[in-house]
Amino acid sequence: MNISRRRFLGVAGAMITASAAGNPKHAFATRKPKAPPNPYGCVVDLTACVGCRTCEQACNRVNHLPPPKERLDDRTVLDQKRRPSTGAFTVINRYYSGRHDQQNQLVPTYVKVQCMHCQDPACASACITGALHKQENGAVTYDKSKCVGCRYCLVACPFQIPAYEYFDPLSPRVRKCTFCYDRISQDGRPGCAAACPMEAITFGNRKMLLEVTRRKIAANPMRYINKIYGEFEVGGTSWMYISKEPFEKLGFLTLPHYPMPHLTETIQHTIFSYMWAPITLFTILAGVMWKINPEQINHDPELHAQQPQHAQEEYV
Amino acid sequence: MSSHPHPKPAPLGIRFWTPGALVLFAVMLMGFCFIIARYLGGLAVVSNLDNQHPWGLWIGIDVATGVALAAGGFTTAAIAHIFGRHQYEAVTRPALLTATLGYTFVAIGLAIDVGRSWALPKPIMFWQGNSVLFEVAMCVVVYTHVLYIEFMPIVVERFRGRVNLPGPFAILNDRVERLLELADSILDKVMWVFIIAGVVLSCMHQSGLGSLMLIAPTKLHPLWYTPILPLLFLTSAIAAGYPMVVFETTVATASFKRADEMEVLAPLTGVTKYLLGIYIALKIGDMMVRGTYVYLFDGSIESRSFIVEMLAMIVPWFMLMSQRLRSKRHTLFVACTTIVLGIALNRCNVFLIGFNPPYAAKSYFPSISEMAITACLLCSITFLYRLAVTYLPVLSAPSLESLEKEPS
Repeated sequence: MNISRRRFLGVAGAMITASAAGNPKHAFATRKPKAPPNPYGCVVDLTACVGCRTCEQACNRVNHLPPPKERLDDRTVLDQKRRPSTGAFTVINRYYSGRHDQQNQLVPTYVKVQCMHCQDPACASACITGALHKQENGAVTYDKSKCVGCRYCLVACPFQIPAYEYFDPLSPRVRKCTFCYDRISQDGRPGCAAACPMEAITFGNRKMLLEVTRRKIAANPMRYINKIYGEFEVGGTSWMYISKEPFEKLGFLTLPHYPMPHLTETIQHTIFSYMWAPITLFTILAGVMWKINPEQINHDPELHAQQPQHAQEEYV
Repeated sequence: MSSHPHPKPAPLGIRFWTPGALVLFAVMLMGFCFIIARYLGGLAVVSNLDNQHPWGLWIGIDVATGVALAAGGFTTAAIAHIFGRHQYEAVTRPALLTATLGYTFVAIGLAIDVGRSWALPKPIMFWQGNSVLFEVAMCVVVYTHVLYIEFMPIVVERFRGRVNLPGPFAILNDRVERLLELADSILDKVMWVFIIAGVVLSCMHQSGLGSLMLIAPTKLHPLWYTPILPLLFLTSAIAAGYPMVVFETTVATASFKRADEMEVLAPLTGVTKYLLGIYIALKIGDMMVRGTYVYLFDGSIESRSFIVEMLAMIVPWFMLMSQRLRSKRHTLFVACTTIVLGIALNRCNVFLIGFNPPYAAKSYFPSISEMAITACLLCSITFLYRLAVTYLPVLSAPSLESLEKEPS
């Protein structure tokens, strides 16, 4: 009996030490914001966009995407409320906010949609293998060599951006805007920003962009509402928008200002820091077993033979 | 309660191919055709999944409900082996078998659902500690192995001293025999570690499954989105454990014409009324604190589904409170089946019905082929359960014939 107890304590102790030593990563319990300190960003000026779809063409070209079904200069697709897909990382939709111009015509607003490249992205936090990753320069990139295809990123994305190659039987990929990671890593601009003839997309350092844009809004209060969409949404995004119309009327979602992974990561790291919760539960259960049902641990055949007596007890 | 000790588990030794077994096999074959179609044409060919609805029936039923209903395995192990209530040992083996098969088919269901089935082991190489799914996956992988280890004594018991391999493999008889003996002596000594580890791992990933949807606060309906969702998943899985054991044991004993085991099942569900009560209290308390009762009667599909889910917990809870209803086989079966279905609906509510993605062009409803594949997996579990109890010592209920011969 004594030997068994000692052995039991020894094994339990060894397990605790091993588990604690093996997980230094989970040492912190409270979650700090994770945004890279000095990322790039883009500001889309919706008052400047004319819906020419040149950005879509440029995106298709620089990302070597398949030729689209509708011609890229076909403007009739603008009213379809398209979403980014496996074949198009950015799309432009037309909205009418209800405002009329001097000729009493409804004024259209064109909205470019692409990955927002969140500062603290839900997709990257959700990804089971880290195939999605927030780069230091602001791009949220995808590494197909790590991807399992669980599609948790599609579940997690608050902007509903990632698209999946459902038609591929064996090696489908998650497809989304890359922020032209290779181009911006070599001091270039994203394909769409470089191609825009109206210069509606301003690319640059996110902090500087925010300052410039705030000044621009303050200088043109008739032209812009006082809001930069993406400054605070889901903890801030690398892609941001300014507009004359309220964003709710242009298909933009009203989103909370905290990062989406906040709750899940807080729970995970609270429970699993040093694996304290599983180890505590294991120890308590082992203690209970040792106290109430010691024959399970010692496996003494004599004790085992007495079992039928227990069967008399009623448990109601 | 009967005064004689419960008989030892034994293989049923019945005729395997009955009409029922043939029907199961036919459904399995049909589903298998759809699985082949999935690997030829991709997920788009067999499923209604799209970019707005990336998770469908397979995640809701095969994975989430499968894991919840396999909770019978760790809850019976806990009560019989940790809390030493040996009278429940009669149901630990069938519950363990269900859990082992359940988790095996969770893995198979996941392999079909993920786009790159061949890449399924990648999380073992690429760790991502922030991902809830990573934690769930790791726990499920380890726990499935723990379940197989827990199941090994049953196989060893069946074949020890009886190893008789066919034809040329007969040379190996001695070696296999020695291996079994070695396994027997080791397993006995270390099994307690695996029993406790199984309970711990279960608690971890049952709650982890609940954390999965917490990353999408804007998409999950407020009736279900709560910070205590992991706790609700854990408590509901624990509460569902014994009702699931009652459900499967009653179906098995009825179909194999064995004694009904009511002397074990009725007291077992005496615990359930507390466990289920805790879950219902948490659920209603959470609704009150967050004020989500405003959505209760707005007539939406979500509100109706929530009400049905809650009734499927509350009604059987009242049934279990009554000693009279609980001691009758039929009412106990009805109560426990309702709980099992209620848990299944809860998992589907969280993953499918309560999931409202923005920009969805259409709502999701599973396709015929998705249902066929799910049916195939469920029938495979039933088929293998039948196979296992026929040839392995799992069930211990005496047959009705033997009881008639010598009434005790």
